[in-house]
Amino acid sequence: MSLTTQDVRHVAELAKLKLTDDEVNRFAQQLSAILDYAASLQQVDTSHVPPTPYVLPLQNVMRDDDAAPSLPNDVALGNAPDADDGFFRVRAVFED
Amino acid sequence: MTKPLHELTIHEALAGMRRGDFTSLMLTQALLDRIAAVDGRIQAYLTVTAEQARVQAVAADRRRAAGEDAPLLGVPLAIKDVLSTAGVRTTCGSRILDNYNPPYTATAVARLEAAGMVMLGKTNTDEFAMGSSTENSGYFTTHNPWDTDRVPGGSSGGSGAVVAAQMALAALGTDTGGSVRLPASFCGIVGLKPSYGRISRYGLIAYGSSLDQVGILAKDVRDAALLLQVMAGHDPYDSTSLPAETPDYLAALDGDIAGLRIGLPQEYFVAGMQPAVEHAVRAAVAELERLGATVTPINLPNTDKALPVYYLVATAEASANLARFDGIRYGYSAGASAMMENIRATRGEGFGAEVKRRIMLGAYALSAGYYDAYYLKAQQVRTLIKQDFERAFAQVDVIACPVAPTTAFRIGEKADDPLAMYLSDVLTVTLNLAGMCGVSVPCGFDEAGLPIGLQLMGPHLGEATLLRAAHAYERATTWHRYWAEV
Repeated sequence: MSLTTQDVRHVAELAKLKLTDDEVNRFAQQLSAILDYAASLQQVDTSHVPPTPYVLPLQNVMRDDDAAPSLPNDVALGNAPDADDGFFRVRAVFED
Repeated sequence: MTKPLHELTIHEALAGMRRGDFTSLMLTQALLDRIAAVDGRIQAYLTVTAEQARVQAVAADRRRAAGEDAPLLGVPLAIKDVLSTAGVRTTCGSRILDNYNPPYTATAVARLEAAGMVMLGKTNTDEFAMGSSTENSGYFTTHNPWDTDRVPGGSSGGSGAVVAAQMALAALGTDTGGSVRLPASFCGIVGLKPSYGRISRYGLIAYGSSLDQVGILAKDVRDAALLLQVMAGHDPYDSTSLPAETPDYLAALDGDIAGLRIGLPQEYFVAGMQPAVEHAVRAAVAELERLGATVTPINLPNTDKALPVYYLVATAEASANLARFDGIRYGYSAGASAMMENIRATRGEGFGAEVKRRIMLGAYALSAGYYDAYYLKAQQVRTLIKQDFERAFAQVDVIACPVAPTTAFRIGEKADDPLAMYLSDVLTVTLNLAGMCGVSVPCGFDEAGLPIGLQLMGPHLGEATLLRAAHAYERATTWHRYWAEV
């Protein structure tokens, strides 16, 4: 499996990662090598094997719908790079 | 002859404080002095909370003077910097969280605090626990106390090194694919990875959520059992923590191992393994046999598929988990003027190379057109690996094998070859995929004087038997009594 620099740029956009040209070239090479190594999985017959996303038998763990204390507003915003008037502040979502 | 205070185990320190031989403040100060003397060479701590530690020690001494006791009252410990600590900077070894102050404390840490712990500081890690050497830390590389030209293992390498260099009585780590057992093996100490669901993950900043588990790096098996006892059990804040009863792990340590069935998996003695490692592990198994265990060869036929499965599953989960770092709610922000451009730039500048590589690999494995071939396929083979273990544990109680194919490698040796680095985890990732428990116990040294770890594995929630086997081996040998000259 060989990843082109174009593939790398596509995945970087999916992952919202700004990469330098140097990183794009390096990742194309390194990720291709890792995927080659992972190609051995294709030889395993899994036609009747269910997937294991998760090892525990627990499903849909519920709790009572009781109100409990939560973080005060100023603490919740305490680590924000930019906050104003009790809100996280972000740049304009719709770009010109 | 009495030992210097920093050389004590937890159970020795508790006995000393209960007898009134010394106070928690004396013990805590001895460890802070030790940190000041040797951490310049080892570089295992990212943050030392000296002032807070002294305040906690004084409070513990007051409680003890008032007639109180608790399982860890006045015991100084270190915490891996991927576990959230309210009011104490938590970086995950990443520049993207350089100034992050968590508003809450991880349940595992909170339980240690409730049991009386004194926290000495936060330990170095590969960025977001992604690595096998600490070379991926966004800050600096930790040095192995046995040979400072070598890595301590990773990702909990800071925690391994603080225990091996006696800068804390024990430390918490996390294990997603071997990140507790590998540094324990490379640093010559005990490293316990409990079963998935045994200890709450609340406040553990997520890497691979179906694999991550809080683990323990300790000087001996008794200390590991003591810490597990304090942290194990259901937590309403983590829906994946099991509502199962916690056995008495300390009581389980005693008793012999006559009749214990030990399996020796043929697939774990791989080609290219360092001869000294194979020799030491086989000698350890012979010792367990001498102690009354029966040893049977077993097969775990899908072992060679575990590493590619792990690197697809873990990175896919990581690509989702690390989507939260967007420069809006916490952490570094690049300050670009447009919204999406700022998210891209924040992540591109804030994450290091290995984290970006793993996010990319995971996003690729999950992307349209490749999901079935990579992510789904990996989850199906994961089922086969889990079934291998289920079949094996129908025949044996414990599995014995090496932790890693080699002893600690040199700093820089694998830094430019990600695949070679990933191969360090080839004998540890299997357990995480199956959700089972394992421990690394010192079992010898190679020609260069570097420690070797014996890996014992147990079935899901099989910690009591696992620890009894490890303890029986430790009692019969002296490897855990050797300490690095730092």
